[in-house]
Amino acid sequence: MIRAQIGRFTRLLGRVVIVVIEQTGAIFLLLGKIIGGSAYLWRDRHLLLDQMLLIGVNSVPLVAIIAVFTGAVSAWQAAYQFRGLISLNYLGSATSLAIFIELGPVLTGVILAGRVGSSIAAELGTMKVTEQIDALESLAIDPVRYLAVPRFCAAIIMTPVLTIFANFIALMGAFLVTNILIGQSARIFFDSVQSSFEIRNVMGGLTKAFVFGATIAVVGCYVGFQTSGGAEGVGRATIRAFVLSAAVILMHDYALATIIF
Amino acid sequence: MIEIRNLHKSFNHKPVLRGVDLDIPTGETQIIIGRSGCGKSVLLKLIIGLLKPEAGQIFVDGEDLTLLSARELYRVRRKFGMLFQSAALFDSMTVEENIALGVREHRMFDEPEIQRRVAEKLELVGLPNIQRMKPAELSGGMKKRVGLARALMMDPEFVLYDEPTTGLDPITADAINDLIIDCTQKLGVTTIVVTHDIVSAYKVGHRLSMLHEGQVIFTGTPEEVRNTDHPIVRQFIEGRAEGPLQTY
Repeated sequence: MIRAQIGRFTRLLGRVVIVVIEQTGAIFLLLGKIIGGSAYLWRDRHLLLDQMLLIGVNSVPLVAIIAVFTGAVSAWQAAYQFRGLISLNYLGSATSLAIFIELGPVLTGVILAGRVGSSIAAELGTMKVTEQIDALESLAIDPVRYLAVPRFCAAIIMTPVLTIFANFIALMGAFLVTNILIGQSARIFFDSVQSSFEIRNVMGGLTKAFVFGATIAVVGCYVGFQTSGGAEGVGRATIRAFVLSAAVILMHDYALATIIF
Repeated sequence: MIEIRNLHKSFNHKPVLRGVDLDIPTGETQIIIGRSGCGKSVLLKLIIGLLKPEAGQIFVDGEDLTLLSARELYRVRRKFGMLFQSAALFDSMTVEENIALGVREHRMFDEPEIQRRVAEKLELVGLPNIQRMKPAELSGGMKKRVGLARALMMDPEFVLYDEPTTGLDPITADAINDLIIDCTQKLGVTTIVVTHDIVSAYKVGHRLSMLHEGQVIFTGTPEEVRNTDHPIVRQFIEGRAEGPLQTY
């Protein structure tokens, strides 16, 4: 009885491992094809600009709202933890470091995984189930070059740009809380920010954002191209793209943090 | 000329095609009939290289598609035009952008020539001056015509039709049949039509082949099909529930 259960568990585990290896391999193969297809990017610059608008510019309001509250809450919580232990004059330093290194890139990445990654999967998934991707192939147009390359390049360009924007807005959110609710002057806050500012930290955060952008686009495209099963399949693909991107972003965040900082 | 030899294809270990052999001479209209789910559309997608077979060969003008690299396959695919069952128009684009996409991407003509050709192809399919409309604004029959205009835009040698009359009323279906005959005659293309509409098959086809259990079980002219004693073909063309073909 126990031996049979162990056997079933081992088989299930084996199947899961095989699926994970297969899918990881397929994602890397797609990444390779996208990098290969990037040679035609200048020719397809109109597609790139369209995607930069969709992925980047159209995400600005959502990123701004989330960044301002993230900055505000990080300043408020830091002040709560500092009280009685550390001078509140270090608030600017603590919040800016947290924003540049961690909060800015990770929250921007997770927002884009939800807004952009799932939208890429839904769009390409709909094209797949309605034979539009087959139609592209029948016109001798490579769907990876035409659909995935512009989305990938737009994501790796616009995620760091949005992260810079999110960093600035979050810092302003932190300043507003520090200034209005805690009563600290602008000079003390920004002197503190400046005292701990290192370009290395900002660049480290932007490196993370670049990797997160690549992750969101590749996962979204992979899930979209694999979609089957009509409208229900597209719904599943949308959720899968977000869950997978968000999980991989957090894994990458840990790996990159240990390498960069 | 398209020659298909011993073609096998399966999905999830379930065989769909089990050794298909078929020759399609240049300039002819070949009809492939068979029940829903018998692998007709799969055969069409194998011919254009959208799917890879497990075994067998597909020769297009003497070139074996199954041995070609992805890049070479794209080159051969430019000889083909395909009308999909759902028309598969790109819903984010206008009719003009849909039809011109292939030639724009391959930089085959300059912009004034593209505009002239789009207008010409729309005229050919009987839908002049709808360049600016979106696919969502078109009826089922109009979508199929625009899909055909797109398929013809790159001057293909072979035009493939996947269920061109499915979902259309009998009058629109007959208009599509006339359009297929018209395009084949005017443009001198080789045509392959997959359908289970036997009226359409008789009207447009030079030769009909029936696919059953993954194999071609009968090939003949419309006249030969009408007069055949083959029990499965007879049951299919007469549309009877009783006979060797089981109902699901």
